[in-house]
Amino acid sequence: MTAPITPTLLYLDNVTVSFDGFRALNALSLAIDHAEMRAIIGPNGAGKTTMMDVITGKTQPSEGTALFEGSHDLTALDETAIAELGIGRKFQTPTVFEMHTVEDNLLLALKNKRGPLATLLSRRPAQEQERIDALLERVRLTAQRHRRAGELSHGQKQWLEIGMLLAQEPKLLLIDEPAAGMTDQETADTADLLRDIARSKAVIVVEHDMTFVRDLGVKVTCLHEGSVLAEGSLDAVSANERVVEVYLGR
Amino acid sequence: MRTQSLFDRQTTVVLSLLAAAAILVPAMNGLALPGSALHLSDHLVPLLGKYVCFALLALSVDLIWGFCGILSLGHGAFFTLGGYAMGMYLMRQIGPRGVYADPVLPDFMVFLDWKELPWFWYGFDWLPFAALMVLLVPGALAFVFGWFAFRSRVTGVYFSIITQAMTFALMLAFFRNDMGLGGNNGLTDFKEILGFPVQAGSTRIVLFVLSVLALAGGYLLCRWVVGSTFGKVLVAIRDAESRTRFLGYRVEHYKLAVFTLSAMLAGVAGALYVPQVGIINPSEFAPANSIEVVIWVAVGGRGTLAGAILGALLVNAGKTWFTAALPEFWLFALGGLFVFVTLFMPRGILGAASDLWERSSQKLRARRSPQSVTHAAE
Repeated sequence: MTAPITPTLLYLDNVTVSFDGFRALNALSLAIDHAEMRAIIGPNGAGKTTMMDVITGKTQPSEGTALFEGSHDLTALDETAIAELGIGRKFQTPTVFEMHTVEDNLLLALKNKRGPLATLLSRRPAQEQERIDALLERVRLTAQRHRRAGELSHGQKQWLEIGMLLAQEPKLLLIDEPAAGMTDQETADTADLLRDIARSKAVIVVEHDMTFVRDLGVKVTCLHEGSVLAEGSLDAVSANERVVEVYLGR
Repeated sequence: MRTQSLFDRQTTVVLSLLAAAAILVPAMNGLALPGSALHLSDHLVPLLGKYVCFALLALSVDLIWGFCGILSLGHGAFFTLGGYAMGMYLMRQIGPRGVYADPVLPDFMVFLDWKELPWFWYGFDWLPFAALMVLLVPGALAFVFGWFAFRSRVTGVYFSIITQAMTFALMLAFFRNDMGLGGNNGLTDFKEILGFPVQAGSTRIVLFVLSVLALAGGYLLCRWVVGSTFGKVLVAIRDAESRTRFLGYRVEHYKLAVFTLSAMLAGVAGALYVPQVGIINPSEFAPANSIEVVIWVAVGGRGTLAGAILGALLVNAGKTWFTAALPEFWLFALGGLFVFVTLFMPRGILGAASDLWERSSQKLRARRSPQSVTHAAE
């Protein structure tokens, strides 16, 4: 393995993605440190989801560099390989395995051998149960453990998906609109949970809800038309004239 | 937890019924006097054996469709290939007793004026080799086919269409005389299996019992597979494929593994089918046959395993009755059945039955202790 080019955990440089001439990402550059939480804001179509697609291997950029831990080229890897490197992703609409119980959802997400033979012959050791118990406690779903995930409320599904992300023990978590469709109390609780997670892991949160972003109290990056428009504290970014212009329209 | 115990109960019921069939059918055929109400006439034994083979084929389709969402409309191809492997063994057992009395060549090769046995017929005079091919040939085809399809992420209806194309292509290929597999007549006029005459009542009883054992074994294997963590990953792929990928699972490896296993089960079903019906020909590759299998599974209840067996037995019994009583209406009845099941029983007979069971047991519990139900409903 070559020596790391950059000390940052995630390094995007000059990343461009074109769909039929439309530039969803336009020379985007971004760096995320170990155990840093970053909030990404921006109007619809700013390229937030496309950026996540590039980081997780769903979309190949036509140009640019995407490095993880300074040495892994994300543009050359697929979703599975990137997940194994330690990047976990929560989708915008909660995506859990609806027919499985809450417990089984976490079991499938636990960091274990992922090959067909390993899962066919796996025996569940007691410490695995302890990990699941701890995760259930953390996302407050202990009482729902035997219910089918499809029966959970929207907010509970969001939390279950965050729990699944934690079960993967990733180094970087990408979280797309965690507060969407949540009550005010749930939103505040989610902010607490994410701040707690960010103590040991890097987290990228994409969010529209400005109260939520303020609750997080972290550095903010504003995207617009596929590139970075402004970066800094929320107050600094929202004072930026161009950001105001983009959000309110000309 | 409740679903787990339900599954265990299902396994007990399925195995008990299969054991009963393995005992009752020989007893009713061999012990009960002809003319008594309990007597099972000789021609019904291979017919029932045929149904049991179809049930194993349905089971193999349910494993991939019901649990992993892979809708194969070409599973008849694997069944037929398994059947041809067995048919080749049975052809070699004819020896010099063919019409042309050639000591080595089967009749159709003598007829085509072939001088020697093609290389791919070597080894088929030995049953263990043929048995190995019953597993390997369908397995290898499924592996190669699946390798390309799943790696390119061909899913859903596109996958179903290319499986249809696969079985259709095989049908055209096997119709050709130069394939060396009997052309459109296929392989037939079998005499003996392991030295026992294939037509004899006792041989047919043994073949029936073997088919039931194979079905029971196949059922237990599938039960074990879907009950493991591997099985949970299959369901995860069925319900949210990209989520499974982002969790770090190689979806294509899982699909390939289960597709290959399923093809091998289908091959075994075909191998047991051929000595009981006495013929294997390319029309078994017909795309419509494979679609019919999917209907059996849908009728019985997809994703339940037992439902696949039930559906195969019921629809085939219906087919036997219909094609004798009202032959011209059979296809209409089959199509109507499919439409009816899709509209009114989307989870098939077993799914509808378990819904009823759940509802009535809930009512029962409600009558016993009203509190516990409101608690569970929270």
